[in-house]
Amino acid sequence: MQPLSIGLVHYTVLSAILFGIGLFGVLAKKNAVSVLICIELMLNAVNINLIAFSKFVTPGDFIGQIFAIFVITVAAAEVGVGLAIIIAIYRNKLTVNLDEFDWLKW
Amino acid sequence: MESSIWTVLAFYILAATIVGSALLVVCLRNIVHSVLWLAVCFIAMAGLFLTLDADFLAAVQVMVYAGAVCIMVVFGIMLIQRGNMGQTNLFNSQTKVSAAVVALVITLCGALSARTQWATAGAPVPEKTVENIAQLLLSKYVIPFEVAALLLLVALVGAIFLAREVKE
Repeated sequence: MQPLSIGLVHYTVLSAILFGIGLFGVLAKKNAVSVLICIELMLNAVNINLIAFSKFVTPGDFIGQIFAIFVITVAAAEVGVGLAIIIAIYRNKLTVNLDEFDWLKW
Repeated sequence: MESSIWTVLAFYILAATIVGSALLVVCLRNIVHSVLWLAVCFIAMAGLFLTLDADFLAAVQVMVYAGAVCIMVVFGIMLIQRGNMGQTNLFNSQTKVSAAVVALVITLCGALSARTQWATAGAPVPEKTVENIAQLLLSKYVIPFEVAALLLLVALVGAIFLAREVKE
């Protein structure tokens, strides 16, 4: 690999870093909305991988791009439903702190 | 392999923007600022899709993520946050453990993808991306396409049902 050329590895490493940042946010944040945002970051890391594979491995097939469209669709639906759930929980508990969501503990 | 100097430069600038703004999304203490940096991250990612010859997906990224998702999250924050906005996005008590787990994940994924011999085709992506995607979506992938439409409808109805004002 030449030093001045961008290959598939660059994109997969960038995607791994972005996925790690999102995972850190999901694991270590208190606010439920923040966790939702970080899930979006992880889904975007997946999209980078899909489109990079679509370009470098199967250039003429566009399957990676179509899967990226489906991921974007599901992510949009997930944000809508997730925010609605958070708003409904906020109406009951008056907080969005995940440490205080303890209905399922026994 | 893309070896044009502008492509290399664009990749590194966009990658630095994406990683920096994602770090700011996670680390800032005010959640409204986090969402603003999230929009920056999504727009930089649209630029990254352009370097990958996916122009239709770059447009979809700007419209759906930077437009719709960020606005929706800001509305959600405005509906649920009260009081001091400067302390709305704090870390919980398992920060150190999760930092260790994340460092492990990044190292493993990066090392594995750097060591793998990818079977790259080396052919260029065809110019007409939109036409090809449309052909596939309306012929081979028409059932998943319709299922995605149904999923959006169900998510819309479910979100309205969940967030509806309770009248008693």
